[in-house]
Amino acid sequence: MDILSQQLFNGLTIGSVYSLVALGLTLVYGILHIPNFAHGAMYMLGAYVTLTMMLLWGIHYWLAMAVSVLVVGLLSVLMERLVFHPLRNAPPIHDKIAAIGILLFLEALAQLIWGADYRSMGTPYGEVINLFGLTVTMQRVLINVGAVVVMLLLYLFLKKTMVGSTIIAMAQNREGAHLVGINTNKVAMLTFLISGGLAAIAASLAAPINLVFPGMGHLVILKAFVIIILGGMGSIPGAILGGYILGFSESLGATYLSNDYKDIIAFLLLVIILSFRPKGLFAREGF
Amino acid sequence: MFLETKALTKQFGGLIAVNDVSFSLEKGKINAIIGPNGAGKSTFFNLVSGSHSPTSGQVIFKDQNITKLPPNKIAELGIARTFQTTNLFEQSTVLDNVIVGHRLRTNSTLLDAVLRTKRFKREESKCKEKAIEVLDFVGLTAVSDQLASNITQEEKKRVAFALALATDPEVVFLDEPAAGINPDETEGLAELMKKMVDRGITVCLIEHKMQMIMKLADKIMVLNYGEKIAEGTPEEIMNNQMVIEAYLGGSASA
Amino acid sequence: MAALVNRRTVISGFILLALVFPFLTKNSYVLHILTLAFIWMIAVYGLNLLAGYTGYLSLAHAGFFAIGAYSLGILTVKVGMNYWLAFLSSLIITCILGLLIGLIALRTKEHFFAIYTLCVGYIIYLVIDKWDGLTGGVRGLIGIPVPAGVGPLSFEEPQSQYYLILFFLLLTVLMVYRIVHSLSGRTFIAIRNSEELAKTLGIATMKNKLMVFVLSTLFAGLAGVLYASFIRFIGPDIGYITITFDLLMYLLVGGIGTLAGPIVGTILIVWVSQSLQFLQDFRMLIFGPLLTLLIIFYPRGIIGAFYEWKIKRQEKKRMRALIKKHKDAEFSDANSVPDKKVKEG
Repeated sequence: MDILSQQLFNGLTIGSVYSLVALGLTLVYGILHIPNFAHGAMYMLGAYVTLTMMLLWGIHYWLAMAVSVLVVGLLSVLMERLVFHPLRNAPPIHDKIAAIGILLFLEALAQLIWGADYRSMGTPYGEVINLFGLTVTMQRVLINVGAVVVMLLLYLFLKKTMVGSTIIAMAQNREGAHLVGINTNKVAMLTFLISGGLAAIAASLAAPINLVFPGMGHLVILKAFVIIILGGMGSIPGAILGGYILGFSESLGATYLSNDYKDIIAFLLLVIILSFRPKGLFAREGF
Repeated sequence: MFLETKALTKQFGGLIAVNDVSFSLEKGKINAIIGPNGAGKSTFFNLVSGSHSPTSGQVIFKDQNITKLPPNKIAELGIARTFQTTNLFEQSTVLDNVIVGHRLRTNSTLLDAVLRTKRFKREESKCKEKAIEVLDFVGLTAVSDQLASNITQEEKKRVAFALALATDPEVVFLDEPAAGINPDETEGLAELMKKMVDRGITVCLIEHKMQMIMKLADKIMVLNYGEKIAEGTPEEIMNNQMVIEAYLGGSASA
Repeated sequence: MAALVNRRTVISGFILLALVFPFLTKNSYVLHILTLAFIWMIAVYGLNLLAGYTGYLSLAHAGFFAIGAYSLGILTVKVGMNYWLAFLSSLIITCILGLLIGLIALRTKEHFFAIYTLCVGYIIYLVIDKWDGLTGGVRGLIGIPVPAGVGPLSFEEPQSQYYLILFFLLLTVLMVYRIVHSLSGRTFIAIRNSEELAKTLGIATMKNKLMVFVLSTLFAGLAGVLYASFIRFIGPDIGYITITFDLLMYLLVGGIGTLAGPIVGTILIVWVSQSLQFLQDFRMLIFGPLLTLLIIFYPRGIIGAFYEWKIKRQEKKRMRALIKKHKDAEFSDANSVPDKKVKEG
């Protein structure tokens, strides 16, 4: 019982991180239909920027995270302008390859700046606390609370503000949105800004309990893809739900099946899903 | 019966795109399907050609039930279709684009290709001859060596016809063949359709241009909100009260 | 016709150059790098058939490369099978796995296919990395034998290995050339252009896609097999995504969907990488943006850009000829007879 609840809490924590990353991915997919392979690099950069801010300038954790959100968000917008915008009418194979190019570049860049070493990030919230009979670190609690707060804010932004609803409108119908006078360029840039910001938050929250290294985005991005296929490409609730489902299955799988193969769980899940539903779990039949 | 649909119905989620449509084509004639935008015409085509499978109902071709067959099998039986827009391989010549149209009548495999067998050579030239023949038929011999990216909109429409004809069809379904081209060119395409009928090919088309249809078609079916509201000769259709209402009350596409 | 002769000469020239190359250089390192480049080319041709000609971007190719390599490694080192039997078996194993994966993967399209194959590639990598008992895990497999001699030929020397691998490369190019210039090749291109249209033209798209997929994994597997017995050591890294990205880069720089693309791209990138060796791990600082810029400005790579230029030149020539014809026609009416009515078929 004790192990189970501990693992459930772990699953919740991992799931929170996955959900945040998947949210950024699904937003971009919903608006532009780009599977943004470079999103993993955004995640990685998010962690490095926070780490650097804290180490180099001794900025407080939260402030460092804010800087990271800004930096990565703007970088993400830059990427949209310079790469995806020019490719908006190209065959679908092109933007995938372009995204891979960006990913390779950013990883090499990170390695050049920060080196290939694995680094750990300190946190002011390292203390161990007792939560409903579970022994957990404060940082893990923060990840969970932080993720929920960010998701709520995102929800409020999308549902309650004008700008947010244009994003939703465009996700549902790009041509239609253009016709009713929505500036699709602005919406695309805004979406990339949010997407990059989410990746930075996720990475900064998760970095203290993981390691920071140039390839840290690989697995996370792959799993985020699994999640948004699980939850329906472009679906926001789907990304959140999918993130938690994967988080739970991994932490339980690691305990009760095999720790070596826990990373395979996500991919097996995907392989199984796509075998039976080639267009994803919640694909709508189109005309 | 040549080709007929029996109570064909297609539902997308809660929306009924085609509702209980029974229709039979007149063999060796020009058949037309008209109706306002969103009346279910293209969906009807997709059902007959196998691109979608119907929710209920049947498609019968020469006494064979083809409802559940995939599009490629339906094409093999001699039912060809065109799309509103045809994606051609732009970096290739018109002739090269059309050659593949006869592929379904050949059997050569990868192994034939690698070993350059006799069958390979025979079928390669057979497909090429076919392509030359149908390009000649649609009047594109002059541009057959040009890149597909360099030909006009109207010529692209003709290439789409040629591709369909290269499959050796008995019946051809044309999805808005005259969309996006000028009246003179429309006239030319109408001539081409008559020529196809003269050659024994049954034609069925979706069209918005009413004048063209009324002059051209032998038999017309009118769809509205997925349902068949009328069927008959152009005269009958023109005097049908329901059709007039559907068109006056509906969109102005007539 | 002149162009054909021209092309023949160019191709023969290159083959001749490849044949005499070992005599031109005494530098065994250069020969080693070139042999390795040949191996990559074979894999890139496989990727090209699938991604370039059929329009399905597979990100699992490093996985199939690794399956080929590990099959040979395990069969020769652990099972002790006869080399050429192991060689053949490895190709068959790769194809069977390719067939099984293709059956499922090809039901998905576009982004889903790319993501699906990306995940398949990762699973293959993880299995190799974790299945210690079979693959040696992170330690890898050591002591894979060089290809066994055939009759009087022995493949102990780097030179003879070079020729063996060149032979397989030429075989690959010949096969791909013949396939692309055949009804089968046209069928694949038709699928790339529009699967929906291809289907209504009576093409069994699934069957054709599956054939390309298996063939494409065969080439990846062949490259892997050759790699294993050339380097004689393999580790899980050869199945990692970075290898797929490398292959993809070779293909794109050279020209996706072109016949010469894989050769041009691989040679160029391998050569540039060698000259930029001081960059080592940072070579992606140059190649990453290069990949992105290429896909924006020259989506069909160097060869594609070359063809475009050639076509434009021909177009100009044609226009000039046309203008000249018109001028001539002003003098004699012989040419201005209206086009004959299209005759009935």
